Amino acid sequence: MSVTLPIIDHPTAAKPFVTNGDRSPWHDKALWFVRGKRDKQASTVGEWEYLRSMASQIKTATIANLGNYLVEFERNATALGATVHWAADAEEHNQIVLQILRDHDTKRIVKSKSMLTEECGLNHFLEDNGVDVVDTDLGERIVQLRDETPSHIVLPAIHLKKEEVGETFHEHLGTDKGAADPKYLAEAARGHLRSKFLAGEVGITGVNFGIAETGGFVVCTNEGNADLGASLPRVHIACMGIEKLIPRFQDLGVFTRLLARSATGQPITAYTSHFHGPRDRNSELHIVLVDNGRSKLRHNSEFREALHCIRCGACMNTCPVYRRSGGHSYQATIPGPIGSVLSPTRDSIKHKSLPYACSLCGSCTDVCPVKIPLHHQLLAWRKEIGKQGLLSYDKRISMKAASLLFRNAKVFSLAGWLGRTSLRFLPHWATHHRFNTWTIARELPEPPKESFRHWYAKNRK
Amino acid sequence: MKEMLQQNESITKSRRAILDRLMVMDISSPGLPTPDESMLTHFDDPLGAFVAMLESVGGAVHMLDNPHEATDILNQIDVFASAERVVSLVPEAVQSSFDVSQIKDPHDLSAVDWTIAKGEFAVAENGAIWIDGQAMPHRALLFIAQYLAIVVSRREIVHHMHQAYARIGTPKSPFGVFVSGPSKTADIEQSLVLGAHGCRALQVFLTP
Repeated sequence: MSVTLPIIDHPTAAKPFVTNGDRSPWHDKALWFVRGKRDKQASTVGEWEYLRSMASQIKTATIANLGNYLVEFERNATALGATVHWAADAEEHNQIVLQILRDHDTKRIVKSKSMLTEECGLNHFLEDNGVDVVDTDLGERIVQLRDETPSHIVLPAIHLKKEEVGETFHEHLGTDKGAADPKYLAEAARGHLRSKFLAGEVGITGVNFGIAETGGFVVCTNEGNADLGASLPRVHIACMGIEKLIPRFQDLGVFTRLLARSATGQPITAYTSHFHGPRDRNSELHIVLVDNGRSKLRHNSEFREALHCIRCGACMNTCPVYRRSGGHSYQATIPGPIGSVLSPTRDSIKHKSLPYACSLCGSCTDVCPVKIPLHHQLLAWRKEIGKQGLLSYDKRISMKAASLLFRNAKVFSLAGWLGRTSLRFLPHWATHHRFNTWTIARELPEPPKESFRHWYAKNRK
Repeated sequence: MKEMLQQNESITKSRRAILDRLMVMDISSPGLPTPDESMLTHFDDPLGAFVAMLESVGGAVHMLDNPHEATDILNQIDVFASAERVVSLVPEAVQSSFDVSQIKDPHDLSAVDWTIAKGEFAVAENGAIWIDGQAMPHRALLFIAQYLAIVVSRREIVHHMHQAYARIGTPKSPFGVFVSGPSKTADIEQSLVLGAHGCRALQVFLTP
């Protein structure tokens, strides 16, 4: 039996972050800086929009023929000596990974960044089964030591200040108390994780791109952790969402040009590693293909394009809501605009407030390297949530009232008169009280003397 | 054995189920695009662009007339002059300090100070260098060494990644990597720190 947790909506979950001193403006600035770097890169590539169009077209074609491409990928990967596994859901993915670890009698694994394994809850599952999991991406290691989750898909610890990282490292790695110099802390992590790399018995990585034509895959990192984790142990497990596929080797040309520029404003990641089959005859390569709702999402023409996502995080860096509320306020594996589209497809009740964590400014759509119409999808979700009867009572009633109002000219004009008149006499406390959340940070307008209709009748007839 | 069979069955079952869900619904597709070369970046001076890009991502570039000059340049770098374990895969440029072919387990490379690797070609648009895993006795050498140097011919420069992948053609070795600059992280308050898990610094030698 599962325990039903109370559903916390986005504004409530964002409150601690937003009201925590200067945390919100500081976070906003940090992400805007990344967005600025992205703009600089995008503007130096003359064919940027052409690349985006090609990326979108390639992904559309991939998702359309996903079944065939997966079979092609499996055939080619198997021919190279890799073992391909299929997982229908998160639970099966975790079981498959655990079984591989048990087959090798291993207890220590080194893991590089993978949002898919976050989505599947792999770490906790393995830990519950007595496996020591070490996240090796610096940001992920920081949040792992703090028993938190990543607040951003590319910058997992972007919500933390260096002093907080210093405290965590002091506690877990024995760095000097009060030390907060990023260089010193990163050096400490390097030493700490080196020993973990050398002790790791199995390396787990995510996958940025799987290539149907060759049966290989690509992993992009800056730290070199995935490469170290995959080149020392004898066994490499790569976990891959089925939508990560691309049809041809040459398609990498389009995506490697877009990914890092969109993500962090770098021309390319420091390491772009291509794996085709196991390292040698004594090594093993396992590829776990995970569905976990993706094939179902493909059936939905409204939200299908969300499967194009290459997890660059550009939509988060630009989102005015994400920048101010922080990633944890979304209470989902993937936060920000793309997370607000994807999460309700999994559980529309739990995540019903996310499509409203959006001002519909459309900036996410503008920066998305694969042209997902994010803000249109968020709007579509609002409709869907209304249709499913998930709107809160006050919103439902006020929408119904607004609908009545706009359909009836007499009622509309009466309401206008009522508003104009009462606003003139009502004291401030009558409109600004705790039941009216709309006025928390807003003032009501000066009431005009007459309505437009009245003015028009007087002046234009 | 029985457990394994059961697991195999369940994997086959999930494979069938996933493919069934994907095949049941036909979606029309626009077809795959082929990049039009005339639309793509073209540098008047690809070598200059490559050097500028590599320096901007934290790499150091040296022009050589002869590969063996690399040793002289490296000797002026303290952390090379004092290095005890150097693995060079480009003997015409730098001598190894020990015989790496004796090493069977990559874990035994943990104390390597420098790796000198051979780059196949370089990419002007992003400062990346393609290294073929086949040219390495252990791919870990690229990532485990404290410092990395890459020797690549300055005649082997492509403009952009489309040309890069066309040049690789069909990948023939189990591993290949584009390296662009030293390993780095900005995970602590967006402060860039060079030398995360891989090499602390990257020296690139461009030979004729």
